[in-house]
Amino acid sequence: MKRKILSILLGFAMVAALLSGCGGSKDADSEASGTNGKKDASKIKVGVIYVGDENEGYTAAHMDGIKQMAAEYGLSAEQIIEKTCIKEDESCYDAAVDLADQGCNIIFGNSFGHEDHLIRAAKEFTDVEFCHATGYQAASSGLSNMHNYFDNIFEARYVSGVVAGMKLQEMIDNGTITKDKARIGYVGAFPYAEVVSGYTAFYLGVKSIVDSATMEVRYTNSWADSSLEGETATALIADGCILISQHADTTGAPSVCETKGIPVVGYNVDMASVAPKTALTSPTNNWGVYYKYAIGCILDGTKMDADWCKGYAEDAVGITKLGTACAKGTQEKVDEAIKAIKDGSLHVFDTSKFTVGGKTMNTWKNKAGVEYIKDGYFHESEGISAPAFELRIDGITEK
Amino acid sequence: MLRESAKSREPFVRMVKRDRIGTKKAIGIRITAVILSLVVSGVVIVKITGQNPLEVYEGIVSGAIGTDRRVWVTVREIMVLLLISVGLIPAFKMKFWNIGAEGQILVGGLVAAAIMIYAGDRLPSWLIIVLMFVGSGLAGLIWGMIPAIFKAIYNTNETLFTLMLNYVAMQLVTFCIVFWEKPVGSNTVGVINSSSGKGWFPELFGNSQLLNILVVSAVTIGMFIYMKYSKQGYEIAVVGESEDTANYAGINVKKVIIRTVMISGAICGIAGAIIVGGCSHTISTSTAGGRGFTAIIVTWMSKFNPFVMILVSAFLVFMQQGSVQIASQFGLNQNASDIITGILLFFLIGCEFFVTYKVEFRRRNRG
Repeated sequence: MKRKILSILLGFAMVAALLSGCGGSKDADSEASGTNGKKDASKIKVGVIYVGDENEGYTAAHMDGIKQMAAEYGLSAEQIIEKTCIKEDESCYDAAVDLADQGCNIIFGNSFGHEDHLIRAAKEFTDVEFCHATGYQAASSGLSNMHNYFDNIFEARYVSGVVAGMKLQEMIDNGTITKDKARIGYVGAFPYAEVVSGYTAFYLGVKSIVDSATMEVRYTNSWADSSLEGETATALIADGCILISQHADTTGAPSVCETKGIPVVGYNVDMASVAPKTALTSPTNNWGVYYKYAIGCILDGTKMDADWCKGYAEDAVGITKLGTACAKGTQEKVDEAIKAIKDGSLHVFDTSKFTVGGKTMNTWKNKAGVEYIKDGYFHESEGISAPAFELRIDGITEK
Repeated sequence: MLRESAKSREPFVRMVKRDRIGTKKAIGIRITAVILSLVVSGVVIVKITGQNPLEVYEGIVSGAIGTDRRVWVTVREIMVLLLISVGLIPAFKMKFWNIGAEGQILVGGLVAAAIMIYAGDRLPSWLIIVLMFVGSGLAGLIWGMIPAIFKAIYNTNETLFTLMLNYVAMQLVTFCIVFWEKPVGSNTVGVINSSSGKGWFPELFGNSQLLNILVVSAVTIGMFIYMKYSKQGYEIAVVGESEDTANYAGINVKKVIIRTVMISGAICGIAGAIIVGGCSHTISTSTAGGRGFTAIIVTWMSKFNPFVMILVSAFLVFMQQGSVQIASQFGLNQNASDIITGILLFFLIGCEFFVTYKVEFRRRNRG
C-alpha cells in the first residue's frame, strides 16, 4: 500500500513539474525578423527540415544547396539548424515551430507532404518566412510569409531524354534492336503531376531523337524504396524495356540495370558509382541557386516570390557528366538542346510534338481555371512553381 | 578430479529466484537501472559526437522541456502513450496477449479522420469532436472484438490474430487514402480541414492540450477504479489467473474475454482520435507510429499500475524528445533517438530480471 501511495504521489509530482515548467521560459525572439530592412548576415538564423538525410539523393542535393548558400554568405554552423528524417505529419509542424522558437528567420521544408504542416506554422509565425519545395499552395494560401519553390527539372529531364534517345538510336543503327522495339521503362514514385510532368518531358526528349520510341511507366508509390525500385526495374526489363529511367530517390533501379547491362538514366546524383558501365546521366536540381536567392532576399529585406521556379537559364537544373556508355555525338546534341531551351527556341511541352488520345491539345486549365496552353506550348511551372502537367500523352502506358 | 567435479556442481554465479523482495530494494534496483541507462546512452552519444557529456544531457533536457512548446509536445506525447498503455491493462491482466494496439489506434484514427472529412462542412465542431470520440472508440472496439470472439469460441491464438489485424488496418488506411489524397496521386491526405479547423481539439482556457489531458486522466483514473474495485475488474483477474477457476466460480469466461478486449480496443481506438484530432490532423499508415508496441512495454514495466505508467511513459517520451534535440544539435541522424530508446528499454526491462532473481556468487570459504 505504501508503495502504491508513493507511486501515486510521484505521478502527480511528475505532472505538476511538467505543468509548472511552462510558466518559466518565454522565448522573446520577436525583434529578429520582419520583411523590411536589411539584415546583418551574422545575425540571421536558417532552419531546414529534410524528409531524409545525407544517405538519400534528393535530400543530399538540398544539403549541398544549403552548404553553397552558407559559403556564399559566410554563415556559421550555428546559424543553420538542420532537422533530418522529418516525417510528413505533425512532426513536421513540431519541427517548424521549434525552429521558429529558436529564432530562425527563414525555414525551408523539402518534401511535398510537409506543405500543409508548414502552412499551419506559417499562420502562427507571421514574421518568419516559410519556404516549401515542390508544393503548390503558397500563392493560394493568402499568407505573405509562405513560399513555394521548385526548378524546371522538366528541362533537365528533356535533355536527359535526348541522351537516352541517342543511345536508342545507336542501338537501332547497330542493329541491336529494330525501330519498333525502342521501348523505355520508367520507374515512377507517385502517379501525380510532379512525376507525370517529369516522365513526359523525358519521353519527349527521347522522341526528339527516336520518333518511334514508346515508354512504359510503373509506380512504386514511395519516394525512396531501394529494393522496390530494383524490382520495378526488373519487371520493366522483363516486359521488353531496353532502357530504364527513374523518378524515385534511390540507386535501386541503376544497380539492377548494371547487372543486366541495360542503359539507365538516374535522378539527383551521378549513378556512375553504382552503374559504371550502364549509367548514361542523371538530371539534377541545383537547389543552391534558390537558397542563395532566398537568403539574399532576407538580407536585403526584399520581398520573396510566392512561387520561384527557374531552369537552365539560371543554372538551377542540369545533368550529370555523361557516362562512358553514351553514344557518340551525344554531347553535341545535349549542348544544342540546352542552348535552344535557354534562348527560348525550344519549348519542352510543345503541343505540336505530342498528342493526347490522338488529338493535339490546344487548351488545358487547372482546377483554379488557369489556362496553361498558350502560344503553342504548355506553360509548365510559370505561374505556380509546382508542376501541373498531368496529361497522359500517346506513346506512354502506365501500369 | 574430485575437486573439479565439486566445482562443476557449484558454478561461480547462480541465479536464484527471490521468494519476495522488499519494496525499497525493488525500487533501488529500478533506480539503478535508470541511472545506468542514462550513463550508457550518455557514453554512446559522447563516443559518437565527442561532446562533453554534461552538454549532451543538457541537450536532452532542453529538447524535452526547454521551451513552452517543447513541454507541451512532450506532454502531448506522454498523454497518447499513457492512454494506449492504460487501454492495454485489462487485456493483459486477463493474459490476453493483445499486440494489436497499433491496428486499433489506426482504425480509430481512420474513423476520426473520416468524420472530420465528411462531416466537416455539415456539423458544428463540438459535435464532430464528440462523434470522433464515439466513432473511433467503436472502431477500436470492433477491431478488438474480432480476435476476442475467435479466442472465446474457437480458442484461436490471439497473439497472431491481433498482429495480423495491424496489417489489415494499415491496408484499410492505404485504401481510404486513395479517396482522400490531396492532390490526387500524391498518397498523402494533408492536413484535414486546415482552414476551418473543424474537428480539431479546441483550446480550453488557452491551452491546446487540456482536452487531451482531461480525457486521458479521466480514462486512467476510471481504469484504476474499474480494475481495482469493480466486479468486472475482479473477474478479469480471475480469468487471467486460471480459466478453470473462473469457470468453477461461475464466471462466464467467454463473455468476460470478449467484453474485456472490447474495452481495451475501444480505449486504443480513442487514442487514435486523440492523435488525429489533437495532434496530427491527418491520417497515414504511420499515424500510430509504433506507439502501440511501445505501450506494451510501458504496461508491463508498470505492472499494470496506471500511476506508475505515468512515470514510465513520461521517462520514455522525455528521452525520445530529448534525443530529437541532440540529434539536431550535434548533427546526428534522427535515428539517434531510436538508439537511445533502445538502450533505455534494455536496462529497464533487464532490471526486472534482478527484481525477480538474485545473483549468488560461490562462497569462498566452503569445503
